[in-house]
Amino acid sequence: MPEVIAWVLVLAVAAYACAGGTDYGAGFWDLLAGGAERGERPRRLIDHAMGPVWEVNNVWLIFVLVVMWTGFPTLFQAVFGALWLPLALAAVGLVLRGAGFALRKPARRLAQRRVYGAVFALSSLVTPFFLGAALGGIASGRVAVGTTASADAWANPTSVIAGLLAVAAAAFLGAVSLCSDARRFGADDLVGYFRRRALIALGALVVLALIGLPVTHSDARHVWEGLTGGIGLLLVLSAAVSAFATAALLLRRTYRWSRWTAVASVALTVFAWGFAQRPYVLPTSLTVAEAAGAPHTLWWLVIVTVVAIVLIGPALVLLYWMDTHGELESLTDADTQAGRAPGDTQ
Amino acid sequence: MHTTAALMADAAAPPQLLPARQLMAFTLASHILLVPFGVALPFITLLMHHRGLRRGDEVALRLARRWSAVMAVQFAIGVVTGTVLSFEFGLLWPGMMGRWGDVFGLGFGIEAWAFFLEAVLIAIYLYGWRRLKPWTHFWLGVPLPLTALLGAFGIIAANSWMNTPQGFTLDAAGRPVDVNVRQAVFTPMFGPEYWHFTVAMFLTAGYAVAGVYAVGRLRGRRDRYHRLGFTVPFTVAAILTPIQFVLGDSIARSVFHKQPIKFAATEIVWKTDTHVPEYIFGRLHSDGTVSGGLKIPQLDSILAGFRPSTRVTGLSSVPPENRPTATQATIVHWAFDIMVTIGSLLILLALWYAWCWWRHRDVPCSRWFYRCAAASGVACLVTVECGWITTEVGRQPWIVYQHMRVSEAVTATRAGSLWTMLAIVVVVYVAIFAAFLAVLLKMRTRWRIADASASPAAVSQAPEADTPYGPRGERLPTAAGAAPGEGNDRTPGGAS
Repeated sequence: MPEVIAWVLVLAVAAYACAGGTDYGAGFWDLLAGGAERGERPRRLIDHAMGPVWEVNNVWLIFVLVVMWTGFPTLFQAVFGALWLPLALAAVGLVLRGAGFALRKPARRLAQRRVYGAVFALSSLVTPFFLGAALGGIASGRVAVGTTASADAWANPTSVIAGLLAVAAAAFLGAVSLCSDARRFGADDLVGYFRRRALIALGALVVLALIGLPVTHSDARHVWEGLTGGIGLLLVLSAAVSAFATAALLLRRTYRWSRWTAVASVALTVFAWGFAQRPYVLPTSLTVAEAAGAPHTLWWLVIVTVVAIVLIGPALVLLYWMDTHGELESLTDADTQAGRAPGDTQ
Repeated sequence: MHTTAALMADAAAPPQLLPARQLMAFTLASHILLVPFGVALPFITLLMHHRGLRRGDEVALRLARRWSAVMAVQFAIGVVTGTVLSFEFGLLWPGMMGRWGDVFGLGFGIEAWAFFLEAVLIAIYLYGWRRLKPWTHFWLGVPLPLTALLGAFGIIAANSWMNTPQGFTLDAAGRPVDVNVRQAVFTPMFGPEYWHFTVAMFLTAGYAVAGVYAVGRLRGRRDRYHRLGFTVPFTVAAILTPIQFVLGDSIARSVFHKQPIKFAATEIVWKTDTHVPEYIFGRLHSDGTVSGGLKIPQLDSILAGFRPSTRVTGLSSVPPENRPTATQATIVHWAFDIMVTIGSLLILLALWYAWCWWRHRDVPCSRWFYRCAAASGVACLVTVECGWITTEVGRQPWIVYQHMRVSEAVTATRAGSLWTMLAIVVVVYVAIFAAFLAVLLKMRTRWRIADASASPAAVSQAPEADTPYGPRGERLPTAAGAAPGEGNDRTPGGAS
């Protein structure tokens, strides 16, 4: 039973990495979109694409935390004890990201939009880095039960690589996704714009992965071996194939499947990490079985998960279907019959 | 709220306890202000929406759309401030989650899924105005209040468990074993807390929304728009007010039975006794004396057990380290009394409204009524804070009532880091809430400008493409000149 819950946890992390990652990536490109005039159209697209779904995507993170503290209370305690600072900063980043994004939309003055946009975009860069760094700290075995908070737990080679990988993966997902969004919103000039950026992000990912291999070899031994042999290796290779398939699709300018191959590459990577950590939740000090909570609770957690899949699955499919079929659009000033206040610039 | 003085008595308190509590108190106090709207604004908006569709009422639809625009921002701020709270369980109280996570954490699991549904449905509702068929759009929004109630179920299950923990036995090492989830979810305090909380949310949202239009009326805007914007939410709140009074009375009695020490704190009862007097306000000192306040003989015993001979447990019945300090008790007592006072005044306001409706089939026309109605929204938010202070401070020094102290649950992180984090969080939250308020006020200004300048006829002749429920228009507003693509591989994708 603990094994099953551990996989539920990995699944939730993968879902957050894909769904949330895409939103962080959009924020990343918002940051690099340039001045108000040059960046106007990409930013408009990002607003348009993220608007209806980012709050839903964020719920995956809450689910990760809930499964962690209900299914593996000791793990939860150990992780938050040792990785206090990166997780605290990630939490602050989450707030700023969401608030900046939500407040930018109704703002009608350029100066205000700039401030909110900057907050949104910067925290979209910082948050995935710290979350990635926290995962790196766990993967490299720096977190054990009773470890107190220290810089070493997250400011180490593996953590830095993991943090940068998280940012690059988010940028990759975001660009691929915005590429498809640009097509379906009829902003064809932005398709090439984001296609270029997707390829650059993929390049960065490859470079980081190549740097990461020797760096993490001795630093995160257990996970490194898990990723370079057996099922872990198989998953890593499939992730690589998916990533290169994405690149091939982008290069051939066929966008029907590119979003899905990109998502698959990230999800497969997360699953590879899950396999590589076996049998530990905290390599190499705490196993899944040792960390598991009360058996009765785990059963209930499975029931909750199954009910949820039955309930949430269709709802999610409906939302994404409606979103991708252009059924969802935010209310405009004309809908709410709003006038122009003095000082409004747009 | 947890105050500096409140901690003085806890001599063994580690230095990081104070900033940890302040941080939790501050973030929760901020988030809880948004909760009524997260839970109940969709319901009130749906009522208005239904009216608009049913009667083809353009004004009602305009109100519903504008409330949706507000909801879009408010929900986002609520989402992020709520996510912080999940993090804080680990950042501030890892000791509690590490030991008890598998006992009471499941409630949050239900909440997470309820929240998933809510986020999906609210996205569809908020973004569905333009393209969906009117009634399809409405019906897709209808489950929203239910998901909100389910979400509250999870949160309250967890909080009531902290107040009356059960569903486990302790082994020799003091760790919980034999977890029974059903018992851990449905604890003695769950029912009273749940109904009191959810009704409070609907009530508060109703009064707060109505208050906005009460202010408009006081400023001379007496059109149908303001009348409708006032009547619908105010009626919801007015109906719930007497219900809440009964529920509030019932939860107080549940506390008396299940958490006698907390009850003693809310009523500043020092010595266990019969014929206990009721103090309205007043201050408890650490020697057990009470200064100030209005003393009503026998009343506390009567309220607790309907008889003057009812024995009420006093604070001094347990050792000082197992009960709230005198200062904490005073805080709890004041919070409770403020809540009860405001609740009683709201009953009078609701009766006033009911009377006018009964006699004249009309809303009251007295300016004083609208002054009170305008204040009722803010007053209700005060009661929400007070209710939360009563339940949280009244539980001190326990985080898990009589099983774990707050000081045992706190993180080992240095006090300095926590103080720094508190400072950062205060700055960030103040900025966000100020910006949120500014955005709302700006929206209001724009709407007011439009309503003032446009005659009703001109307003209804908005460009066809921009009319909600109208045909599809240009997708990306500034995509002017962008040629449509060839289309065959222009396709759906997943999350973005």
